[in-house]
Amino acid sequence: MDIIKTDNLVFEYVTTNEEGDVTDVNRALNNLNIDVQKGDFVAILGHNGSGKSTLAKALNAILLPTKGSVIIKGMDTRVEDNLWDIRQTAGMVFQNPDNQIIGTVVEEDVGFGPENLGVPTDEIWTRVEKSLKDVNMLDYRTSSPNKLSGGQKQRIAIAGIMAMQPECIILDEPTAMLDPNGRKEVIQTVHEINKTANVTVLLITHYMDEVIDADKVIVMYQGEIVMQGNPREIFSRVDELKSYRLDVPQVTELAYELKKAGLDLPDAVLTIDEFTDAMSKYLKG
Amino acid sequence: MIRDITIGQYYPAKSILHSLDPRVKLVGTFLYIISLFIVKHYTAYVLVTIFLLSAITLSKVPLKFIVKGLKQILILLIFTVGFNLFLTKGDPVVEFGFLTITDQGIITALKMGFRLIFLIIGSSLMTYTTTPNQLTDGLENLLAPLNKIKIPVHEIAMMMSIALRFIPILVEETDKIMKAQMARGADFESGNIIQRAKSLIPILVPLFVSAFRRANDLAMAMEARCYRGGKGRTKMKPLKYDKRDMITYFVMITFFILIISTRILF
Repeated sequence: MDIIKTDNLVFEYVTTNEEGDVTDVNRALNNLNIDVQKGDFVAILGHNGSGKSTLAKALNAILLPTKGSVIIKGMDTRVEDNLWDIRQTAGMVFQNPDNQIIGTVVEEDVGFGPENLGVPTDEIWTRVEKSLKDVNMLDYRTSSPNKLSGGQKQRIAIAGIMAMQPECIILDEPTAMLDPNGRKEVIQTVHEINKTANVTVLLITHYMDEVIDADKVIVMYQGEIVMQGNPREIFSRVDELKSYRLDVPQVTELAYELKKAGLDLPDAVLTIDEFTDAMSKYLKG
Repeated sequence: MIRDITIGQYYPAKSILHSLDPRVKLVGTFLYIISLFIVKHYTAYVLVTIFLLSAITLSKVPLKFIVKGLKQILILLIFTVGFNLFLTKGDPVVEFGFLTITDQGIITALKMGFRLIFLIIGSSLMTYTTTPNQLTDGLENLLAPLNKIKIPVHEIAMMMSIALRFIPILVEETDKIMKAQMARGADFESGNIIQRAKSLIPILVPLFVSAFRRANDLAMAMEARCYRGGKGRTKMKPLKYDKRDMITYFVMITFFILIISTRILF
């Protein structure tokens, strides 16, 4: 079953002047059709201004479509009665780790979501413990979030969403403000919860190396879907990706350039290990 | 230097004071503050000092940390003590030109100074040992009757707790902006008071802009986590009175009565 489905989704940012007349219309999303299956790990790639954050907000019913529709697990975001069920089904993690932590103690922050849902006290505690375990932060349960690193804060934010027991997590550039180590931590955690808790993941990012292990990659450019497929298919089209102002991982680009220069290498090389394997095979034979 | 602000912060530790019900601490602090206005005689001061010192020991918050918090009221303290020292009428002890220090002045200045220090330490001891969330829960619970006259108690309590959570973040940000402006040649140290106040504008404007941006982000994050006001909300840490809470109430009331009796007796 499709957990996320958008049907010709259009979203326009409308600017009005003081009299209420429309002065400018900016179409951020243009006829998007996306289907995400339950349990999948889908990555959405796009350069700044490609509409990917707008899409995330539209999926969480923070923004409502100008035209078309967004259906989350059979619920239309335009129906107001569905609002809270949608937000519980499709939890959202934002970019800035500081601005999404409400509690002053890690466990209180993780408990914020279940509290809002009216979950009984005992169950809140089991949920908090489980979600903190899922993101490997149980040791920090009584710490203050201010003392944690960016990657740790972002994992707490993920735990906060996990405690609401969503079926799907939407992560809107969760690593944009982190250092390389923090990025690795967060991406690893996201993969873990995808596998162990069977939560559908929609990862929005502009870092190509984060999407290598995704089941499906969607590339957005100027509000439209321009490429779609598994990472290997996408990464074999280096020139096309570059035309959408995305940076291909260094090793993929190296293999691509070597192949263009006449070396016999496979189409899409995603990791350094793959590259060394392919290279040694080439050199031997 | 701006990072040294410790008032209103939570100091994580495992102590009796930390585990008390926030309502007890709120009511206790309230009684304590009232009693500070009642104290007059030396015995009362001694009593308050003993009470405060034992509370600090019980809280396991290091004394150094608490004293650091006093730094920010230093100017206020100097003003209060100064005014009382020089402007109180009485028998002159020392005279420098037009300034006279009287014996009455010394006594009131000392008393006022101590009162202020007691006030700050006592109330910040509450925030050191209570997480803002607990504080909010406590306030919400104590003020619940006001809901009947349509005062949005839950919302006010939530606002307070968010404000407290963002104090350290905004302090850090102020520090960052200050350094950024200093790197561009801004001068905050020289000039008279008016010039110095004017030089703060390039700090305040970006600070406000960023605070609004944060508020917007936070509101979105709260909505994404299904926050919809106080209705239908359950508590992760519901408030329940324990035996030690009752004992603390008893201790606080005894303390309050003792302070009142010093006022009557002496």
